[in-house]
Amino acid sequence: MKWKQLSVFLENKPGALNEPCRLLAKAGINVQTFSLADTREFGILRLVVGESDRARRLLQRNGFAVKVTKVVVIEVPDRPGALAGILDAIEGTQVSVKYAYGFTVKPGDKGVLVFSFDEPDSATRVLLKKGFKVL
Amino acid sequence: MSKNHSMPPLHPESAVDFLPVAQLRDIQFARLQFIVQRSYDHVALFRKRMEERKLKPSDLHTVEDIVKLPFTVKTDLRDSYPYGMAASPLQEIVRFHASSGTTGKPIVVAYTKEDLNDWTRAMVRSFAACGVHSGDIVQNAYGYGLFTGGLGAHYGAEALGASVIPISGGNTDRQLMILKDFGVTVICCTPSYFLHLMDRAAELGIDLKELPLRIGVFGAEPWTENMRERIQTGSGIRAYDIYGLSEIVGPGVAMECTHQAGPHIFEDMFYPEVIDPKTMEPLPDGTEGELVLTTLCKRAMPMIRYRTRDITAIESAKCACGRTLRRICRIGRRSDDMLIIRGINLFPSQIEAALLRVEGTLPHYQIVIDRQKDLDTLEVQVEVTTEALSDTVGGLEQFKSRLAHSIESITGLHPALKLVAPRTLQRSEGKAKRVIDKRLL
Repeated sequence: MKWKQLSVFLENKPGALNEPCRLLAKAGINVQTFSLADTREFGILRLVVGESDRARRLLQRNGFAVKVTKVVVIEVPDRPGALAGILDAIEGTQVSVKYAYGFTVKPGDKGVLVFSFDEPDSATRVLLKKGFKVL
Repeated sequence: MSKNHSMPPLHPESAVDFLPVAQLRDIQFARLQFIVQRSYDHVALFRKRMEERKLKPSDLHTVEDIVKLPFTVKTDLRDSYPYGMAASPLQEIVRFHASSGTTGKPIVVAYTKEDLNDWTRAMVRSFAACGVHSGDIVQNAYGYGLFTGGLGAHYGAEALGASVIPISGGNTDRQLMILKDFGVTVICCTPSYFLHLMDRAAELGIDLKELPLRIGVFGAEPWTENMRERIQTGSGIRAYDIYGLSEIVGPGVAMECTHQAGPHIFEDMFYPEVIDPKTMEPLPDGTEGELVLTTLCKRAMPMIRYRTRDITAIESAKCACGRTLRRICRIGRRSDDMLIIRGINLFPSQIEAALLRVEGTLPHYQIVIDRQKDLDTLEVQVEVTTEALSDTVGGLEQFKSRLAHSIESITGLHPALKLVAPRTLQRSEGKAKRVIDKRLL
């Protein structure tokens, strides 16, 4: 399954994060996970949400610049070495990681990792072949 | 729906546009004599300047003798605020307009009943030149009020027999609703405001290409061929440049025909010259300099050799439309728009060209100039669009440096570039505010 991540441009100033989050909340769109990349001047809010098309339209209609990126979401056991295992699987292929972030569903149970690869399709193929649980 | 770009038959008022040149010069000379005599008799400042040069209205022998006459500049109007330049008594003045002065008092212009009729005729010819006709539905989004744009376009479109929607400026969502619901075919506004309408229409999922809208009459600020291209490709309409300034009459001094080869000056009403802004010497057609205009008909407030500060050249080659009226080349800059930053001359239009050159950049930008520790600083703020957005910091930093590099290669100045969120820069409901100069010079 293909996951679409929404990247939203934010200026680095107090309150900048509130507006997009409030918009999504009001529309009943659940944020499954997110990460924030920031510089002194601006930030990029990366969101994985339930209804990505509706969320994108909502944000754009309200004046946000939104970019859609294909990401690969992988379920791993919550234990040491899980992340390293994925990176080992990728090593030696032509695929490289642009950025990644993750969260644990229930400590000691499972973790979910979101990867942005330069070539998401071949990364997915490699990972599936090596038995990873790509969501 | 496909747009109908076919031309209506020629409007009777447009006949003057095709006068043989010799006849046009005769009309110009007769009217020049009249207007100079009128100013000499009724405007103290003009009479004083004529006397200083030991000139009398009778010293004019041909229309070319206009070069002997003294210039009028913007400060003359400011100094004589509000009525000092009037050549008609107040009883004959039926309308005032005023332009936004950047400092202090505005510049006031006045019209008699005949002046308003002449202006309306110039606007009828303007609309007709680009194919507007009776039966068109005109959404007039120029501001109504002291600004000449709103009422000028309004009366012209009405006189042409079009159905006018006097919506005035602002309230973008309502503009789009009416544009769509009324089946509007012609829109009048500033080109930057139309770009803003295009952006908003896209956000709302309105496809302008599917609407009957086919003509944009755009003016009140300088714009570029790149902007025309973006407007035409993005909305399917034909975008025409109308030129005017309140001091002369308002919109309708010059207007493009369907060949889009630069606005034709309505020379029987407004006599054009181009001068070197430094030496004040007249320049031949085809040479770039400052546009100087003389009103040949205006009674209430004649302007003789008014220095517009607009930098352009007069094109005298015959246009494919057959009009004998000369054209002005696109006005990309004004002599008083020029900024001097660390001794380097900078025109905002250069920044615009640089931003447009980098793919995916919409020209919503602002130039902020400041002085820190006795050194001028140049910051260019650019709104990030969905097209330009990257999902990585590196990607955005790269985009920033491409913009900065493009500006540096055109202007020679290294700007600080700042990316800002969409719709955070002040929008032009009227004229775009592109430059903020914080230096206390």
